[in-house]
Amino acid sequence: MALLEVDNLQTHFRSRDGINRAVDGVSFHVEARETVAIVGESGCGKSVTAMSILRLIPEPPGKIAGAIRFNGRDLLKCSDREMRDIRGNEISMIFQEPMTSLNPVLTVGRQIGETLRLHQGLSAQAAENRAVDMLNLVGIPEARRRVREYPHQLSGGMRQRVMIAIALACNPKLLIADEPTTALDVTIQAQILDLMRDLKRTVGAAIVIITHDLGVVAEVAERVIVMYAGRKVEEAEVGRLFRNPRHPYTQGLLGSMPKLGSSLTGVETRLQEIPGVVPSLKRKLEGCVFASRCAHATDLCTKVAPALEEKAPGHIAACHYALKDALAA
Amino acid sequence: MSTPILEVNDLKKHFPIHGGFFGGRTGYVYAVDGVSFSIAKGETLSLVGESGCGKSTVGKAILRLFPITGGSVNLDGTRIDDMPSGTLRPMRRRMQVVFQDPFSSLNPRMRVRDILAEPIRNFGLAKDAADIEKRVGDLMDRVRLPRDAVGRWPHEFSGGQRQRICIARALAADPDLIICDEAVSALDVSVKAQIVNLLQDLQKELGLAMLFISHDLAIVEHMTHRVAVMYLGKIVEVAPKRQLFAAPKHPYTEALLSAVPVPEPGAQRERIILTGDVPSPINPPKGCRFHTRCPYAFDRCSKEEPELRPTEEGHFAACHLHDRPASENPLAGARGAAVIAHH
Repeated sequence: MALLEVDNLQTHFRSRDGINRAVDGVSFHVEARETVAIVGESGCGKSVTAMSILRLIPEPPGKIAGAIRFNGRDLLKCSDREMRDIRGNEISMIFQEPMTSLNPVLTVGRQIGETLRLHQGLSAQAAENRAVDMLNLVGIPEARRRVREYPHQLSGGMRQRVMIAIALACNPKLLIADEPTTALDVTIQAQILDLMRDLKRTVGAAIVIITHDLGVVAEVAERVIVMYAGRKVEEAEVGRLFRNPRHPYTQGLLGSMPKLGSSLTGVETRLQEIPGVVPSLKRKLEGCVFASRCAHATDLCTKVAPALEEKAPGHIAACHYALKDALAA
Repeated sequence: MSTPILEVNDLKKHFPIHGGFFGGRTGYVYAVDGVSFSIAKGETLSLVGESGCGKSTVGKAILRLFPITGGSVNLDGTRIDDMPSGTLRPMRRRMQVVFQDPFSSLNPRMRVRDILAEPIRNFGLAKDAADIEKRVGDLMDRVRLPRDAVGRWPHEFSGGQRQRICIARALAADPDLIICDEAVSALDVSVKAQIVNLLQDLQKELGLAMLFISHDLAIVEHMTHRVAVMYLGKIVEVAPKRQLFAAPKHPYTEALLSAVPVPEPGAQRERIILTGDVPSPINPPKGCRFHTRCPYAFDRCSKEEPELRPTEEGHFAACHLHDRPASENPLAGARGAAVIAHH
């Protein structure tokens, strides 16, 4: 049994001018100790998927349907009280903006200790000691002094380390990281990615990382899910996806990304463009969601939505025309 | 050699910090502390560095969005940093800017037509209303937006389309130099490619010079002719693109290159992970500003500030390592390929 199974997740928001289908029928699973990346551009529903797993979507106006099974237990059927026991304890989350997600009037020690006192019933003293251990674990020097400091006294990279310390304090089985390095500079991003790789080895949590940066995906993920306009369009093991993307959108994304070292090869190429813009999710999309921007689209694409199909072992894509390997019978 | 379109000499911008009970001056932020470079006509120079290194301040200082503390700025051979605002006006036409956020840099109460017509009118570039209308239409063609969209409001456009409007507005004044301050950073990957391609086409068609300020090294490598790397208010390395990416001559450049995630799973590369954070520009380290994080620092680095000196034709770096024999200089060889990825 997979650690997390998301089955036909639909997160819709009611607004004055119709229903916004932010996530529209997404299914995937995460095994224990595995790192899965969800990639896509803004508005593709990747963050809403993450928020839905932890039920952080306000209902109403939001509405979550489908099933989210964590260790076999459907989170959508849990009471609010049961969810509170799971959040920060068995599943925890790291957000993009470390400044706004830390409480500015509490010391970082208090904030790390809070989850420990709440979920594990530690005393204030024990929680502080454990907070010091956590800061050491995430590589913050002078942890004894730092636990007494406030978020504004720390740099952006340090704050993100504190966020990771809070998330890992209770040894969660699943860590959801929503654009954990997007707000950081490249040299700091390299530090944080390195830390996440290390911690994964020592702590052994499964990680779902949400990002728009294919470079980050290649560095940390084992399996990748590509989302577009609220749907999953492709899923594969990371090497396979980058070597041989099947969906035209994934191909477009990879082609539109300038590669470092491009000037060393001697050939100057133009970046590949994906024409047009992401469609509005306010109305039900007929056919393939990518058809309006796809160079290969035909009548079939605008009428019939392609099903997710296994194109190669462990490699699925939702495209009528994507190349398919001969599968062993 | 012809006059460069832009020449910046020893540019300094120190922002005073006020504090205390009487609000007196308590110190300075040394945002830009002695920066020199030039841009030839039709050339793109990229200014790269991490947040707080002063790259945007350089752009704004050139545009005279605030007075500078020291140094000089010459536009096409004419010194503009001390010009009175009256005579500066025609010079302003020749340098235009595109900012990062296309949502906040367009007036939401102006139609696209008026946004584009304003610089044409202000600088008296058109004879009459019909001429303005024609120029506005041409600008829409240039940035590949439909002509009939001129009657619409900024909020009706997507982020990428808005950035096209910002570019059209910059082109409206018929400039020689465009300063792009993180102009593609806020855009999604697929849209970013569209704008990058557009900027490259425009530069070729119109022969524009560009100062491309960015933190994204992959985009920079794709766009630029030359690169200047900034760290804590100083330029640490300047070189033609290929030289810089193939053989960085400053340890900071090398570390920056190695930190960029490459979309190539399992790529074998040498990793240089810098420890610590960028020091504060209020109290920059003595000696070489990078010595607190430099993996190769030796005793001289904390005492003496290195000057920007040529290491080969057109390639300048500010690092003491180049005074050492090649056997003791880790940056002597072509290190770029090793830290970017092994192909």
